[in-house]
Amino acid sequence: MRVFKLMLKNALRHKLRSFLTILGIAIAVLAFGLLRTVVTAWYSGVEASAANRLITRNAVSFIFPLPYAYRDQIAKVPGVEQITYANWFGGVYIDKNQFFARLAVDAKTIFDVYPEFIVPKDQFEAFQRERNACVIGSDIATRYNLKLGDLMQLEGDIYPGKWAFVVRGIYRPRDKTTDATQMFFHWTYVDEQMKQEMLGRGGDVGWYVIRIKNPDDAARISNDIDALFKNSRAETKTESERQFQQGFISSASVIITSLNVMSFVIIGIIMLILGNTMIMSARERTLEYAVLKTLGFSSGHLVGLIGGESLLISFLGGGFGLLFTYPFVAAFQAFVPKGWFPVFYVEFVTVVLAGLSALLVGVVASIFPIQRARRTTIVEGLRFIG
Amino acid sequence: MKIPFKYVRRNFVARRLTTAITIAGISLVVFVFSAVLMMAYGVQKTLIATGSDDNVLVARKAANGEISSIIPSETANIIKSLPQIARAPDDSPIASGEVVVVINLPKISEGGISNVTVRGVSPPAFQLRPQVKIVAGRMFAWGAREVIVGSAVAKRIEGAQIGKEVKFVGNQWRIVGMFETGGSGFDSEMWGDVAQIHDAFRRSGSFSTLTFRLQRRDQFDPLRAEFERDNRLQEFEPKIEKRFFEEQSELLATFIRILGIFVTLIFSAGATIGAMITMYAAVANRTAEVGTLRALGFRRRSVLGAFLVESLLIAVTGGAIGLFLASTLQFFRVSTLNFGSFSELEFAFALSPQIVIASLAFAMLMGVLGGFLPSVRASRLNIVNALRSS
Repeated sequence: MRVFKLMLKNALRHKLRSFLTILGIAIAVLAFGLLRTVVTAWYSGVEASAANRLITRNAVSFIFPLPYAYRDQIAKVPGVEQITYANWFGGVYIDKNQFFARLAVDAKTIFDVYPEFIVPKDQFEAFQRERNACVIGSDIATRYNLKLGDLMQLEGDIYPGKWAFVVRGIYRPRDKTTDATQMFFHWTYVDEQMKQEMLGRGGDVGWYVIRIKNPDDAARISNDIDALFKNSRAETKTESERQFQQGFISSASVIITSLNVMSFVIIGIIMLILGNTMIMSARERTLEYAVLKTLGFSSGHLVGLIGGESLLISFLGGGFGLLFTYPFVAAFQAFVPKGWFPVFYVEFVTVVLAGLSALLVGVVASIFPIQRARRTTIVEGLRFIG
Repeated sequence: MKIPFKYVRRNFVARRLTTAITIAGISLVVFVFSAVLMMAYGVQKTLIATGSDDNVLVARKAANGEISSIIPSETANIIKSLPQIARAPDDSPIASGEVVVVINLPKISEGGISNVTVRGVSPPAFQLRPQVKIVAGRMFAWGAREVIVGSAVAKRIEGAQIGKEVKFVGNQWRIVGMFETGGSGFDSEMWGDVAQIHDAFRRSGSFSTLTFRLQRRDQFDPLRAEFERDNRLQEFEPKIEKRFFEEQSELLATFIRILGIFVTLIFSAGATIGAMITMYAAVANRTAEVGTLRALGFRRRSVLGAFLVESLLIAVTGGAIGLFLASTLQFFRVSTLNFGSFSELEFAFALSPQIVIASLAFAMLMGVLGGFLPSVRASRLNIVNALRSS
């Protein structure tokens, strides 16, 4: 207990310096938290994946459609429980800066395959009844101040023309990782319109989503489905939802790697700041350490003193940094254009990592001054002027 | 009277370890700051180089990129007949209707799939884009299932080298040549005959975009007026090609900048605090010296100035080192998904004079902010107390 008191007093000797050091560490922990949160936000699609869902898309690339006729064939594959489909509508809502997923879906089955989008029964039925009805995520409703019955006007690009949809349902996200910014409307409505307006369009599905009975069968069922359409004009690629999402991420891997590199640079900077402080403090106290050694305190005590002070400062800094991470992340999300990160929150793992970094920094920063204190002989120490 | 620079310089090298650590901290921050700006600028530079000021690209107004734009062939014919378009000696318009799609191909390094842009072009395309040069193999034959690949594609994509075949839409396409465009977005694309692409993807009847050359640059405004006037062209929009591709880079470049600057600001706060700690310690250690200087007659202002200059020296040294390290990144080419075009884009980190100035100014700002308060404290020291301290 006495040692702790001594540590605390030592830390408070240079109030300004200790304050600045704690502040510096807090800021660095804040940056670390933000960077990691951005990285985990990228992976949120992967995290939201269900083990019992497969995605079947055109083997050439995601932007090419599959025939509607495939549906019945896929449904017959053993192990398939339920099948739904969706088309990426794209288009423009208000202006080109409003990013959120706008999908033409099979209204009857979409929420069956995606139980994490929770729609009240009456809204679900209203959605079924009207051809141009739509269901939007709660975040979209909040962002654009939309209520049931409101009209949403879209200008189509892939599906050219002006479209108007009536909000008949607002879904709630079941999990923290669920995207609450999607918009669903009837595939049949879009398909009908396309067949009328443009020759040769229609009958196209963007991708199929399949719910299977047993996640262990994923590989077998994927191969079975792809075998059905091999050597046809529209060959398919079927994979688990997780792999599908991961494919998107791997294309932007450079950015994620940069973010991770920056996280480590941050830790490096914290170490430098704290290390700098500890070295300065240790140098100033060379005389004192010599006196302590003369009095009979062992090296172990010195290690405890210096290391303890270092850890105390790093924990205080880390603690404050973590405290401010939450509001700071919220501020960042407010600053960034809406729709960049549909799911954005601080994960528990990030908090743990930040804590461990503080610990690591506290230890590493004290190594040099401890070595110095131990190696300086009593006589040299007593002679030290500074 | 000003304190001689020699004093500042000698002090700079006196407390080597702590000064070195502070310099290291600042250089790290400036490195990240410069690197981020260089990355965003690299993306923009590559895409700006893709387009020309003499060409106009027409796409659907509501389309977010080339792949989601659809121009029916009747509309393409109407556009091709506009008087502002330059004509070849045989009076045909120098216009290329193009189909742009994205296909998935495996990456050579790190596994994973890449989105590669495939562009079906018409013969005028090569006249419109003189920067495209075949550097290996040969040009594809019109009417054949052949393609040429950009240098970035050949470098990074599995099975995309001359002589190999790439399979898409049930056909094998032979790669017969490789082209280079001197570091523009086209280096990350594959080009083929638009008629063949139409046939394979069953897209006959529509293009993604139409690119043509203006007779004279000042014809652009009358051209645009024509688009607004003509009912049949209402849903489509002409843009100067350079501007179109520049806009394609905005999303990605903005993302990199916002994230990077946010992060760097935080880092810089940390580094500034590091500088502050060092300077406070410097002041504390030289209290007696400062007292002596004041006793000798140097004014408070001069003392403030000397410490501030010392702080600036540390910061500028750190900034220069960080900038130098960042400039070595120019040798690296990286490839990432461009959000605007939904396909792979290879680019190099690019340094510009603005980035150099911004980075050094940033470093100096950190030096001033970090050194200001300690310098004020130094200048305010009571002479007698200062002389008495040891």
